[in-house]
Amino acid sequence: MAGARVLRIKDLCVDFDTEQGRVRAVSGVSLEVGQGECLAVVGESGSGKTQSFLACLGLLAANGRVTGSACFEGQELVGASERALDLVRGTRIGMIFQDPMNALTPHLRIGHQLTEVVRARGLMGAEQARRRAVDALVEVGIVDPAARLLQYPFELSGGQQQRVCIAMALMTNPALLIADEPTTALDVTVQAQVLALLRQFRTRGLALVMITHDLGVVAGIADRVAVMYAGRVIETAPVADLFAAPAHPYTAALLDSVPRLAGPSTSRLAGIEGQPPRPHERGPGCPFAPRCTSARTECRTTDPEMRVLGERSVACHAPLHGGWEA
Amino acid sequence: MAEGTNSLWGAAWRRLRRNRAAVAAMGVLAGLLLASLLGPMLSAYALDQVDWSLSPLSSPPSFANGHWFGTDSNGRDLFVRVWRGTQVSLLVALLATAVSLVIGVAWGATAGYLGGRVDDWMMRFVDVLYALPYMFFVIILTVVFGRSLFLIFLAIGAVGWLTMARIVRGQALALRHRAFVDAAIALGLPSHRIIARHIVPNVLGTVIVYATLTVPQVILFESFLSFLGLGVQEPLTSLGRLVAEGALEMETAPWQLLVPSAVLALILLCLNFLGDGLRDALDPRQH
Amino acid sequence: MSGNLLQVRGLSVEYRGRRRVRALREVDLDLQSGHSLGIVGESGCGKSTLARAILGLVQPSAGEIRWRDWPLDPRDRLRMRDLRRELQVVFQDPFGSLDPRMTAGASVAEALAALEGTTDRVAVRNRVAATLDEVGLDPALAARYPHELSGGQCQRVAIARATIVRPQLLICDEAVSALDVSVQAQIVNLLHDLSERHRMAMLFISHNLAVVRHLCEEVAVLYLGRVVERAPRDELFSAPRHPYTQALLAAVPEPDPVRAQRLAASVKGEEGSPAPQTDGSGCAFHPRCPLAVTRCREQRPGLETIASGHVVACHRWREVAPPAW
Repeated sequence: MAGARVLRIKDLCVDFDTEQGRVRAVSGVSLEVGQGECLAVVGESGSGKTQSFLACLGLLAANGRVTGSACFEGQELVGASERALDLVRGTRIGMIFQDPMNALTPHLRIGHQLTEVVRARGLMGAEQARRRAVDALVEVGIVDPAARLLQYPFELSGGQQQRVCIAMALMTNPALLIADEPTTALDVTVQAQVLALLRQFRTRGLALVMITHDLGVVAGIADRVAVMYAGRVIETAPVADLFAAPAHPYTAALLDSVPRLAGPSTSRLAGIEGQPPRPHERGPGCPFAPRCTSARTECRTTDPEMRVLGERSVACHAPLHGGWEA
Repeated sequence: MAEGTNSLWGAAWRRLRRNRAAVAAMGVLAGLLLASLLGPMLSAYALDQVDWSLSPLSSPPSFANGHWFGTDSNGRDLFVRVWRGTQVSLLVALLATAVSLVIGVAWGATAGYLGGRVDDWMMRFVDVLYALPYMFFVIILTVVFGRSLFLIFLAIGAVGWLTMARIVRGQALALRHRAFVDAAIALGLPSHRIIARHIVPNVLGTVIVYATLTVPQVILFESFLSFLGLGVQEPLTSLGRLVAEGALEMETAPWQLLVPSAVLALILLCLNFLGDGLRDALDPRQH
Repeated sequence: MSGNLLQVRGLSVEYRGRRRVRALREVDLDLQSGHSLGIVGESGCGKSTLARAILGLVQPSAGEIRWRDWPLDPRDRLRMRDLRRELQVVFQDPFGSLDPRMTAGASVAEALAALEGTTDRVAVRNRVAATLDEVGLDPALAARYPHELSGGQCQRVAIARATIVRPQLLICDEAVSALDVSVQAQIVNLLHDLSERHRMAMLFISHNLAVVRHLCEEVAVLYLGRVVERAPRDELFSAPRHPYTQALLAAVPEPDPVRAQRLAASVKGEEGSPAPQTDGSGCAFHPRCPLAVTRCREQRPGLETIASGHVVACHRWREVAPPAW
């Protein structure tokens, strides 16, 4: 299923210099994605899921600092020069963002934007780039691609814009596509189509990282899932295992909080007391301890270590469903 | 959270304090203000007292005879005149800015919030006033009503509010679509209360910045009027008048021009730094 | 027990901007006291416009809204003012719906002053504290500004502000859509508790069908400004009769990898779907409908009552298969 490893993040930390001092947004994140695999990174506000990947690509805000390692196709990204990152961004690694309207430049035609990267990098001539752009639009399911090339972003609907963004990312046949909440701003029916599209591309060997807060989306597209909370990865597992038997209390509580279409329609949802801690509020011990119903004394004082069991891992002192070695 | 409440104003103030240029500017301005108030009391001379003991009447700065900035062509002490002139210039500027602020904010906030035809008519009125030749207007006022200090800042304020109104109207238009304004309407608040309690406080940031940058313009305009002979009347003087008079003696008595110009330039520079600092401090981009 | 609180008949709202946009067309609705009605639909369906029309924030171009049998006219300011006390709203953006320059307590107190005329400092302070407590906030947070509060906390403040005068109807316009999942669940529970405790009717507008399912007894589905189906909750979700409702339910990604294997391709692409302001004859959904036939293109289906409390606007509703749960 998963082919050769494409991206390996190890002990990644991201700090920000703010008015309140140095604040740690991401601590010790370690993740891997292989060819043809979809890794979903799930988390709520403040979980650091977006910042982790922005950090890998050198796209952090000016007051951000990255330490650790992010190895892409054998090349180290953290600390790499701007030039080295430029060669990788947009060509070997594609990225699509949440709001397509903001990702597309309003005053440039679609065709221009699609071919911008390949022409600027000298990868293709103008005519070849244009043909490739038409092919890319066809691949993402846009009707009448030649006409679309001449249109402006505002002439397209939200779903079409997001397809264009995906096409843009795929123009250079990247090895890895990072999608940050790509369907959150879209209608449900359009979301289903865009997800189906993304699922298709994986069969061609494209590695996909899907950053999202929507567990439904995760269930529909992911092979493996990493759950992040307060800047750390607290659980990773194959998707079926995660949903059937979550090991971390947060994952379990999250799954209980999601309203569902099937099953009994009770009026009360489980929910989790309190709210995710903001970066400058994090204290010692497990970050989830204040909200955890099964928290023990050690949870509030000591950072839980990452325990591994086969393809799963969890950072918890008392994981659910025993069998975890210390 | 451990820290107590901090309003947006408090946070802005802290940011402003970190801006060294702005802090220095505030310090210098405070110093100049203090000097303008206390300076005349330190000197032995009065505002329009002619020192007959000097020959020629116009004498350069010296410690010996107590004329620390020298004297003007009529033998009057420049030290006192410069500081008294500074008082007048600052007073005119602040009052004129205050007038334009009050009228401009009220006009612009109302037009922007109400929108539609009311907005159209109110802003067309502003456009018409804008088109009037400003100088003629001022000259006519001064000719008809005489040259009193009161009139001058009224004239300046009466025109200065136009740009303020435009700026505030733009902000109010944008604010009108924010959810908290909808919420206020849903609470049944009448328009005037919404404008006063929700629109105006949220445009104050821009207003303060613009006002700080308007004061230099007002001072310069007053100086310009003085240059034309339309500014404050004797025996009062302003920085503008002093500069105008000094320019005439530029070659023979350069201090008459240099001293008031230096004070004027310093005030304008500080106000600009302060205005820039305020703009950065009040920038809501912190969210 | 109940009376008809809200009655909407033939409501149409048109926006006259650069183009004429028909945001709502001939919408009929009823809401009983103490009941909860969910309004679902995607972008452009007019659900927010419906909220604004009921609140008197926008002028209807046709039809009427009656509140307890009194016609609701936004131009009658005096009447609207009285009405506000019974009809309140919570908006989508938690931070945006609070004035950034006012403390949480001041925002809530403003509701008391505006809707009840209560200005006595002590009375106001006590009621504000009690209401904040009721919505699950520490009363000490009354001194905080919105930027010092989390999204969930801000939304609770907004709810406090809306409910402090005990309105008869609370309109929630995507009130939980901007919140984290764990916080969303808390707010949904809070809304449910409040409506039960105070016998408050609720009009819950959302694009999130699963949330609506947990909160509302009856659901109406809007498409391009029209009601295409309305039914009691359990019936709508177990046996929808309109192809659009079907497609909507099928498209919602369920957090269950086993069920998610089926592809949600029951709605054809967006290309070619009519823009909200066009005026074609026939059913508005027909360009995208898998069941569309010639009749659908020529004749617009009216709302037909097919069971008690269940109406649907489709020629071929009998052939709509139930979802594969």
